[in-house]
Amino acid sequence: MIAAIRALVRYRALVQSLVSRELKARYRGSVLGFLWSFVNPLLVLLTYTLVFTVILPNRQADIQPYFLFLFCGILPWTWFSASLAESSGVIIASGNLIKKVLFPAEVLPTVNVLANLVHFLLGLPILLAFLAWKGKLAWTLLLLPLPMLVQLVLTLGLALFLSALTVHFRDLQNILTHVLHLWFFATPVIYSYAAIPEGSPLRQALRLNPMTHVMVTYQQILFHGNVDHWRGLFLALLVGILAFAAGSFLFDRLRDTLPEEV
Amino acid sequence: MTPTAIVARDVTKRYRRFAHRNQFRTLKSALLTGSVLSDLRPEETFTALEGVSFEVPKGSAFAVIGENGSGKSTLLKLVAGITKPTRGSLAVDGRVSALIELGAGFHPEISGRENVAINGVMLGLTRREVDRRFDAIVDFAELRDFIDAPVKTYSSGMYMRLGFAVAIHVDPEVLLIDEVLAVGDEAFTRKCLDKIAEFRRRGKTILFVTHSLGLVEKMCDDALWLRHGQAADRGDPKRVVDAYLTYVAGGEEALLRSSQASAAERAETGDGSAPGGPPGQAALAGGYRPGRWGGREVEIRAVRLLDARGRERHVFVPGETVTLALSVHAATPVTDFVFGVGLFAADGTSVYGTNTDIEGFSPRRIAGDAEVHLALEGLSLVEGTYLVDLAAHRRDGTPYDYLRGLHSFRVKSRVKDVGLYRPSHRWSFAGGAEIVSPEPRGELDLGEEPGV
Repeated sequence: MIAAIRALVRYRALVQSLVSRELKARYRGSVLGFLWSFVNPLLVLLTYTLVFTVILPNRQADIQPYFLFLFCGILPWTWFSASLAESSGVIIASGNLIKKVLFPAEVLPTVNVLANLVHFLLGLPILLAFLAWKGKLAWTLLLLPLPMLVQLVLTLGLALFLSALTVHFRDLQNILTHVLHLWFFATPVIYSYAAIPEGSPLRQALRLNPMTHVMVTYQQILFHGNVDHWRGLFLALLVGILAFAAGSFLFDRLRDTLPEEV
Repeated sequence: MTPTAIVARDVTKRYRRFAHRNQFRTLKSALLTGSVLSDLRPEETFTALEGVSFEVPKGSAFAVIGENGSGKSTLLKLVAGITKPTRGSLAVDGRVSALIELGAGFHPEISGRENVAINGVMLGLTRREVDRRFDAIVDFAELRDFIDAPVKTYSSGMYMRLGFAVAIHVDPEVLLIDEVLAVGDEAFTRKCLDKIAEFRRRGKTILFVTHSLGLVEKMCDDALWLRHGQAADRGDPKRVVDAYLTYVAGGEEALLRSSQASAAERAETGDGSAPGGPPGQAALAGGYRPGRWGGREVEIRAVRLLDARGRERHVFVPGETVTLALSVHAATPVTDFVFGVGLFAADGTSVYGTNTDIEGFSPRRIAGDAEVHLALEGLSLVEGTYLVDLAAHRRDGTPYDYLRGLHSFRVKSRVKDVGLYRPSHRWSFAGGAEIVSPEPRGELDLGEEPGV
């Protein structure tokens, strides 16, 4: 794991270049260009707001205005799920690089995670503007880097794990779509964790999901302005470190087989 | 002893034969039994390289030649560190840049400028180094006007040129080149060769994988011939290339002899070959491939290359007279026949071709044994290996006996000029040009060396 971190530090210039390329290339040629980074989260928000305020109205008192609560969760979730969805196929898609150039493969999933982090950061000002509009800006905002760090470690670990394993088991790419879908509903993004009765089996199940704790922390920091989920976040961090260790270990073991299998 | 740049010891590389089939029955069983990392059974593997050992001294140019599928590219990937040997060891001293696939990391949507920056970092430069070399790269690629356009708008030649320019400006200690010199027009290829020559002058090491045997002879100090993943020969490039060419010619002849019956059969039933084209080799159209075909109504039984004194030789100096002596045999009398000769450079470029029909000879009759001689007077070719086509065919082109590239000769010269043809020439200087003439030296006299 230490070696993996050291490798990523060593290749930081490469990672940096590739992240900026990823960002530049993504919207190149479209009319709105870079504005899409702002428009995309807005449109996602609009869809969910439409569903959960008009079609299936959510009237839980502690999470009103609901669209804002939704926004606080959807923005980090998009970072998480897009990172994993993209990294699962990234090594196969960049087969040419792996096969023809001496190239540190772990850079590829890392770039995906970081590029999506940048999208998250670009969406953040819009969220903050909405929070300010609704008078919800609080000092807790300063704690935002903490859940982000936990999420980064967890996502990186899972991305390394998935990207290497998908080369050998391409079925994973298909399975992952559905796993992420289920995971979305198993994480309190569109509903409130606090509203689930203490001790209920559902709550027990949700507690096993590290993203639950990350998400609850985000919502407390951004929406409620009052944080007390530290224990959960710490557990999520431990799971994240474990995931990173497992991911980098597996990646390292499979590294030599990658150029032959893609 | 000179320091070595590359040391390969007993390098063996095995690949999986059936990737993704029968490999793991299911994800579940693989995870349950933990066989993800376990070895595969030997019958499911393919040996690309077997026990190859060699050393490349620093500052030398080393060529790897061999047929398709002989393991050349695998060897290059191993040296580049992209894959690891299954057995044996491979050590490389210094920064390696591999010209295996040019522009492999280019992103089509972004500009040439940004791609150069990223590709340079990918190949191991720092950003500052890329910035410093940027102008040199763009000038080398001759893409100054297009550098801000997205790479997807480039022609394939432009793409390759930019890829080559970046890779060569990485300034490696060891440069690996895999058949990538066909990247542009004649002028650009020459520029690449000049750059490679400059590399050599600066004491860098070059490993070539190539089919252009002329290049091997001109540029390399040492050559390795791989045959089915094993080292077949190793040493002086000229000798190795000759051995390789002889092997290729022999192999082709045996192959064609065995398929001769079916080819003749096809010719009889009417769906035979196009005139002058080898039957059963349609898939190889376009490329020059040694071989032999035809109905043998007029058979070329023996071919000798004779010097001016009538002695059989295979190595000549520029300007010598070379006589192609054919012993032919017609089992039954034939009245419609043409004899033709073609000369080709080692890479298949046509140097010269003629036949008796083009030159206006009218055939009357040929029966039994006959001798056909063609004297090529003052054959002014530059140094290299040349392949000879010899043919007897009908005037409409239907082959009786076509020997393509089965015979070859070498031209050796003290002067290492380039190209194919050496016109009779003389330099003269006047005015402010101060230049020292070389000591007059005759060409090698190969006629006096027996057994050459």
